[in-house]
Amino acid sequence: MLAVLASYRTLLGKKGAMAITGAALFFFLIGHLLGNIQIFFGPEHLNNYAAFLKSTGEVLWLLRAGVLACFLLHIYSSLLVTVANQQARPQGYAAKRSLETSAAARTMIYTGSMVLLYVIYHLMMFTFLRTGPGYSPHDVYRNVVLSFQQPAISAVYIAAMLLLGAHLFHGAWSMAHTLGLSGPGYKPWRRMVGPAVAAAIVAGYISIPVAVLAGWVR
Amino acid sequence: MKLTLRIWRQDGPRDKGKFVAYPVDDVAEDMSFLEMLDVLNERLTLKGERPVAFDSDCREGICGACGFMVSGVAHGPQKLTTACQLFMRHFKDGETVVVEPFRARALPVLKDLIIDRSALDAIVQAGGFISARTGSAPEANAMLIAKPVADRSMDAAACIGCGACIAACPNASAMLFTAAKVSHLGLLPQGQPERRQRALRMVAKMNELGFGGCSNHGECEAACPKGISIDFIARLNRDYLSGSLFEKPEPLSSV
Ligand code: HEM
Ligand code: FES
Repeated sequence: MLAVLASYRTLLGKKGAMAITGAALFFFLIGHLLGNIQIFFGPEHLNNYAAFLKSTGEVLWLLRAGVLACFLLHIYSSLLVTVANQQARPQGYAAKRSLETSAAARTMIYTGSMVLLYVIYHLMMFTFLRTGPGYSPHDVYRNVVLSFQQPAISAVYIAAMLLLGAHLFHGAWSMAHTLGLSGPGYKPWRRMVGPAVAAAIVAGYISIPVAVLAGWVR
Repeated sequence: MKLTLRIWRQDGPRDKGKFVAYPVDDVAEDMSFLEMLDVLNERLTLKGERPVAFDSDCREGICGACGFMVSGVAHGPQKLTTACQLFMRHFKDGETVVVEPFRARALPVLKDLIIDRSALDAIVQAGGFISARTGSAPEANAMLIAKPVADRSMDAAACIGCGACIAACPNASAMLFTAAKVSHLGLLPQGQPERRQRALRMVAKMNELGFGGCSNHGECEAACPKGISIDFIARLNRDYLSGSLFEKPEPLSSV
C-alpha cells in the first residue's frame, strides 16, 4: 500500500493516477449520458429519473464526492506531469517533424483545461447558481429544453463536447496503454477502439441539443 | 548533388552554440551521411577551421554511437536506419538539411552534435543484478524457453541505446529505452526474481535524472532505428504498477 503512494513520486506513478482517475471519469461520462439520454423518452421519464437520483440522498453525494476527487487528482497530476515534461527539454529543436503523434495528443492540457472551464459553467447553470433560463427545481426536462433552445447555450455545449472528444480521442487509448492493457495487438486500439468510444460518447451528448434545436424534443 | 547543411556548432558544454550554414557541392549518392560529414570536415581542417564533432563507431548500424537530428527526424528520414547507414540518395539536389544534436535535459550537448549519454548507463545500472547461476557453463537445454518468448526478448534486446527515442519524444522521455532494457530481462526466466524491483528502480532513476514522462505519443517507436515497439512500454507499465502494488517501496534519493 505504501509503495502505491511512493510510486506517485515518479511521473509514471502520476500517469497511473491519471489513467485510473481518467477511467473513472470515463465511466461517469457514460453514466451521465445514460441519464441525460432519457430525455428522448419524454418529460415524465427524465423527471422521474432526476427525482430518483435525488432520492438516493447520501449515495448521490458519495458518488459526487468520488467524481470530484477523481477530477481534482486528475487535474493536479496533469499539471505536475505537463510541467515536468516541458522542463525535460529546456532547449527545443530548430526543426522537428512529428511522425506519429496526433494533434489531440499534443493538446491534452488545453482540451482538458477547456473541459474544466466548461464543467464549472455547467455546474453553475444547473446545480449551484441555477442560472439556466426559466430554472425550475423539479422540472429538469423543461430546464434542458429551455436552455438548449437558446442557440448560444447549445453552441457552447457542442463546442465543449467536441473538445472533450479530442481529449478522449487520445485519452481512451493512452489510458489503456498507461495501465499496461496493451500488447502486441495494440494498434487497433489506438486507431479504432479508443476513437470509436470517444466518438460514441460525444455523439450521444451532442444529440440532445441538436434534437432540441431541430424541434424534435420540446 | 548540392546540399546546404545547417549544422549546430557549439564549442563546449557551456557555450551557447549557433547554426552555421555549409554548402557542400559534390555530395555523392552512395555516401553515407557520416561520410559526407567526413568530407566536409576534411575541407574545414584544410581551411584551418574546427571540424564538426560527431560520434560514430561501428558505422554499420549496430553500436548506437552515432545519432543526431536530420531535418527534424532522429537519424534522418529513412525508417529503421541509423545516421551512419543513412545514404545521401534519400536527399534531393539543392535541399537544405538541418543537422542538430539530440536534445534533452538529461543528455546535455558536449560539443556540436555530440551528447553525453551517461544518463542511459545510469538507468541500466539502477536495474541492478540478476540472480543467475554463475560458475561452469549451464547445460544448454537445462532451461527451456519457448521460441516466441525468446524472439520477443530479442526484439527488446535489439536496443542499441542511441537515444533516438528520447530525442524524438515531445517530452524527452526515456520510456522506450527503459522499457526495452526492462523487458529483455523480464521476458526470460532468468530475469524473473528481480523483475518488478528492476522496473521500480529503473523508472525511479529515469525520473531522478530529469527525463520527461510518457504521454503515449508514439514518436519513439517511429524514430527507433531498431523498430522497438511501444508494446514494451505497456509491459514496463505493467511491471511498474504491479510492482508498486506488491513490492516494498524503493527509497528514492531525490524525485
Ligand atoms: C471528464 C473529464 C476528463 C476525462 C474523462 C479525462 C480523461 C483522460 C484520460 C483517460 C487520459 C489518459 C490518461 C493516461 O494516459 O494515463 C487523460 C489525460 C490527460 N488529461 Fe484528462 N480527462 C478529463 C479532464 C481533464 C482536465 C480537466 C484536465 C486538465 C485541466 C485534463 C488534463 C489531462 C492531461 C494534460 C492529460 C495528458 C497527460 C499526459 O499524458 O501527458 N483532463 N485524460
Ligand atoms: S556508428 Fe554504430 S550505429 Fe551508427
